[in-house]
Amino acid sequence: MSEIWAGIAEAFRLIWSLDEDLIDITIRSLKVSLTALFIACTLALPFGTWLAIRRFRYRRFAIAALNALMGLPPVVVGLIVYLLLSRSGPFGVMGLLFTPTAMIMAQVIIITPLIASITHQAMRELWSEYHDLLISFNTTKQQRISALIWDGRRTLMTAALAGFGRAIGEVGAIMIVGGNIDQVTRVLTTAIALETGKGDFALALGLGFILIALSLVVNLTIHTLSRTEREGRW
Amino acid sequence: MSVCLQDVVVERRGKTVLGPMTLELSDAGFTMVLGPNGAGKTTLLKVLHGVERVSSGSVSWSVPSQTAREGQAYVFQSPIMLRRSVRANLAYPLQLLGLDKADISERVTKWAARIGLSAALDFPAPRLSGGEQQKLALARALIRRPNTLFLDEPCANLDGRSVREIEEILREAVQAGTQIIMTTHDLGQARRLADRVIFVNKGQIEEQAPATAFFNAASSLGASAFLNGDIVE
Repeated sequence: MSEIWAGIAEAFRLIWSLDEDLIDITIRSLKVSLTALFIACTLALPFGTWLAIRRFRYRRFAIAALNALMGLPPVVVGLIVYLLLSRSGPFGVMGLLFTPTAMIMAQVIIITPLIASITHQAMRELWSEYHDLLISFNTTKQQRISALIWDGRRTLMTAALAGFGRAIGEVGAIMIVGGNIDQVTRVLTTAIALETGKGDFALALGLGFILIALSLVVNLTIHTLSRTEREGRW
Repeated sequence: MSVCLQDVVVERRGKTVLGPMTLELSDAGFTMVLGPNGAGKTTLLKVLHGVERVSSGSVSWSVPSQTAREGQAYVFQSPIMLRRSVRANLAYPLQLLGLDKADISERVTKWAARIGLSAALDFPAPRLSGGEQQKLALARALIRRPNTLFLDEPCANLDGRSVREIEEILREAVQAGTQIIMTTHDLGQARRLADRVIFVNKGQIEEQAPATAFFNAASSLGASAFLNGDIVE
């Protein structure tokens, strides 16, 4: 129990003193996860919506595959990205291994199926509601997707937040492809793993509390900005 | 615009729900499609509008099909509201047409006033009452100034006042040159509005005639029974 209190005290001390390393690690964590989230949303939101409105031969298989990909083990993703980016791999010449870019790539692969799958579920319901109307308006596919994404934006925000939650808390893949290099690729989760390994539980717990607080702040900010409660019944 | 259905058949799960049907509709003002439940009225409307695929036969308009579709609007029995404000619902079809903002704003203001929703322009459309939603759906269809308007029992479950308001708007639309094709169960409404009647039963057209002739002396057994309030099977 004393270690938890020590952790809380350490967290406050680190925040209060604006600890340079902590700020650096937190900013890097946010940069990597938010960039991955932005890229994943750019791919997953239109794809999930497209999958909801488009009928094609292997659609069921595509949906099943997408749902299965939600459970991708991060360490396996990390391993594959590592092999692709390592010197002997096909993209080795780009020199991306052990950089934040490699971490972003791994996170994009992990969270894109999650966001796309939630998007697909939400858009499928909205599409069944809008189908006849949008068809009767003689809309193009592009216009249908735009209307669904716009009117389902609050549900899509939930999908994005789920993706952000998974990205910011991810450790296995980014440890492998980032290497947890101090001031280069160290983020909150890999720092917690390192401090736990060193037996510095107070600092690890402190970082953990900051990670949780960060996640809550981002969620609440988006929740407030998107006026989920006020306009939720639309 | 006139439309011609030639030997149209619609099948669902191997069962024929409409046709074979041959029909020609000219620019008549108000065409009322009557018939018992499950007769194929809604399917016929959807075929004419082009949102229901035909299993065989053809649907041809007097203008190219793309032009015909652009000049049509459809109002569903249960109004479908975009999850947006009243203003955004009215503006959406105009945005699709690529009109400029000033024109959109002018038309939205005019139609909101016409349906009595000026004070609710920024109110979420899905939270309006059933009658208000149906009036909004009608305004959203007419705001595009369509050549042809399809209405699928637009006054079902509405109170007398809402029905009267909707009928007024429909009369104005016909006077402005819009061709209206509408289904209804309400014989009183059909008598008040129709110029021409198509009676559909079991997926077939049993009778089509000018409204006065139809209501005074329907020639088919099914239509006579329907007008007499008998159960039509």
